[in-house]
Amino acid sequence: MRDLRTQFPTVEGTVRAVDGVSFDVYPGETVCLVGESGSGKTVACESIARLVDPPGEVVDGEVRFDDRDLLACAERDLRAVRGDRIAYVFQDPQRSLDPVYTVGEQVTEAVGYHRDVDGAAARERAVDLLDRVGLPNPAARADEYPHQLSGGMKQRVAIATALAGDPDLLIADEPTTALDVTIQAQILDLFADLGDEEGLATLFVTHDLGVVAGIADRVVVMYAGRVMERGSVTRVFERPAHPYIRGLLDSLPGRGGERIGGEPPDPLDPPAGCRFHPRCPHAVGECRSGDGPPLHGVDGGGEAACVFHDGVRDSTVVEAGPEPRSERDPTHDADTSTCGADGGPR
Amino acid sequence: MNRPDSSADPGAAAREATAADSESSAADSGSTADGVDDADREPLVVVDGLEKHYPVRSGVLRRRTGTVRAVDGVSFAIERGEALGLIGESGSGKSTVAETLLHLQEPTGGTVRFDGRPVGDGGDGVDDLRRRTAMVFQDPSSSLDPRTTAGESAAEPLRVRGVARRRRRERVATLFERVGLTADHRDRYPHELSGGQKRRVGIARALALDPAFVVLDEPTAALDVSVQAEILDLLADLRDAFDLSMLFISHDVSVVRRACDRVAVLYAGEVVETGPTGAVLDDPAHPYTRALAAAVPTPDPRADRPRHSLSGAVPDPADPPDGCRFHTRCPEVIPPEDADLTSAEYGAVIDLRVDLADGEVGLDRLRTRVDGADADSLARALRAEYDLPDPDGDAGRALSAAVDEAVVGDDAAAVRRIREAFGSPCVRENPERGEGDRSSACHLPPE
Repeated sequence: MRDLRTQFPTVEGTVRAVDGVSFDVYPGETVCLVGESGSGKTVACESIARLVDPPGEVVDGEVRFDDRDLLACAERDLRAVRGDRIAYVFQDPQRSLDPVYTVGEQVTEAVGYHRDVDGAAARERAVDLLDRVGLPNPAARADEYPHQLSGGMKQRVAIATALAGDPDLLIADEPTTALDVTIQAQILDLFADLGDEEGLATLFVTHDLGVVAGIADRVVVMYAGRVMERGSVTRVFERPAHPYIRGLLDSLPGRGGERIGGEPPDPLDPPAGCRFHPRCPHAVGECRSGDGPPLHGVDGGGEAACVFHDGVRDSTVVEAGPEPRSERDPTHDADTSTCGADGGPR
Repeated sequence: MNRPDSSADPGAAAREATAADSESSAADSGSTADGVDDADREPLVVVDGLEKHYPVRSGVLRRRTGTVRAVDGVSFAIERGEALGLIGESGSGKSTVAETLLHLQEPTGGTVRFDGRPVGDGGDGVDDLRRRTAMVFQDPSSSLDPRTTAGESAAEPLRVRGVARRRRRERVATLFERVGLTADHRDRYPHELSGGQKRRVGIARALALDPAFVVLDEPTAALDVSVQAEILDLLADLRDAFDLSMLFISHDVSVVRRACDRVAVLYAGEVVETGPTGAVLDDPAHPYTRALAAAVPTPDPRADRPRHSLSGAVPDPADPPDGCRFHTRCPEVIPPEDADLTSAEYGAVIDLRVDLADGEVGLDRLRTRVDGADADSLARALRAEYDLPDPDGDAGRALSAAVDEAVVGDDAAAVRRIREAFGSPCVRENPERGEGDRSSACHLPPE
């Protein structure tokens, strides 16, 4: 994904939900997309296979999948990729399950959609898939309706449906958030097995840092539509370079560190400069203007979008004058002042 | 919890007065206004043997054919100023405990005492409980009216009590300040507030009538970690400032760890372990608590994620397992005395028994996997499917016979045979939870 920009026009203005986001997912790896609600992680995922609901629109960028730009190709070609090569699992399994069909019928239909097989073979493959995702007694369960299954079982069925086309990339948006920890652990085991055994690449969206630590190979941290930090999970968790992810880690129970105060910015009117600066304890003048720092390389691998990415001030960035106006959007300045230019309200 | 009276809060003084009135019979409790002798007083909330059973009716005559034991003999106490966490998976009965405790649903058994007085049985205990109890709900979006401003929402309980408009505005201003909202937020509608701000409005509303007891149902669910931390800090502040007793219902172990003095672990309608939060969660005595605590993902990428911590889900409360209700999922189940089996091996036998009893074995499925459909290969497939052990002696012979019965479809006989041949205290008897500050209901000897 390169420099992706997805916007939603609203009566009050344009929401730049995803504003120049780039990251890679390699075959067989699990990448976690982390951020608070409203950071744009879901929209970024939906943009990959152009699933963003109108009036939302991907206005710029590139999503390369197998040397093809998914954002440029025809809808017909995209349909062949969607589901078949790239499959989605959502937080609420209801979103992918139809209450009036049995789960077997739904998985069978998904199989038939992707493969040219007759009814009996499709049904057999469907039961195999239900077995693969650990649904107990899959042959009998296949005749049940979604409402007869528990939340964990429904999510397993949704995963089976996603696997029907033998995808190369699975995009899972908070798939365990609504589940009990015990059931969450079971579903995470399943994702880990799928990665190990089928070489499936997974883009996993979550706000739970414990989940990230458990399953991610690499992490992409988003805030207000931008990437704040990227890197291997061990580097990001042990030596976070951006104050935002450092603050998130410090908010975890048992760490007792300093919390991030304040609220995420108004998506209609994000602050100029680094979008995190109103809540950042280290913000200096140059953080408050311009278009925000670019992603700098970080010791130990990965990148961070912070002037202090290497622990010291980057001398290549010129100290900015007192609160210059943003060239892109003069209204930003008003927002910065109401947010409290000296950091978060706390 | 001996917290000194918070004299800064006039409401607290009023509450103390009420408390003293209600304890006039217990003259020896002395003057509570001094804030002494809290320890001698009964805890604010005492729940003893609480039960909520629902009848299962079927057939045209709607005959009672069974019982759903949603809550089955739950006991706990919450001291003044104490926060108790109630944890357990979905279906364990957490919410039903809260609803029957508050008599929003009539319990079918057990007693609740609030501030020294029984609740229910026609007395005014229910009114007292409800007047001095507030609830904070899980989803603030559904408990806040989208067409009502935050200020009006928070003032709602005051309006219902007939508090004058001007007085309401003053009170809301104080409450908003107390929960970290500004006057500016009063005129906003729910959609103009963030998730964290909506929670704060819900908390302000809960405090409007100066409660002594607050029940919080998943108060931080679906919040981002940084906001969750702020809300928990706020609740801790309020608890100290107003000497509130709290009941936290949560499936999130880390929330309970942070917010609660004591914790009660609920499984299939029963409290399986209770004690001080740190002790229970750091050194759990009950295998269920151990599994629950281990299932919480640790934010350390180098830590091994515990695999297969707990399979399955909470059993159907209409048909709870015999003996210890957790034995069907327990990784530490006590193997039969006379068979040479590990807990894991015995667990495999129990899995088979449970699936046979529920008609969930799925022989057809197994048949498609084996080449020959003869009984022998089917038996081998069944053994492989459940990873069944092959113990020596009587146990081994009994298990083989049960497998043979299962592959010819005589599930009932197989279940009977397994029950007879593989006895264990965990299957025979539901363990009692002992008395005392720290207790657990498990047959395993304490370590």
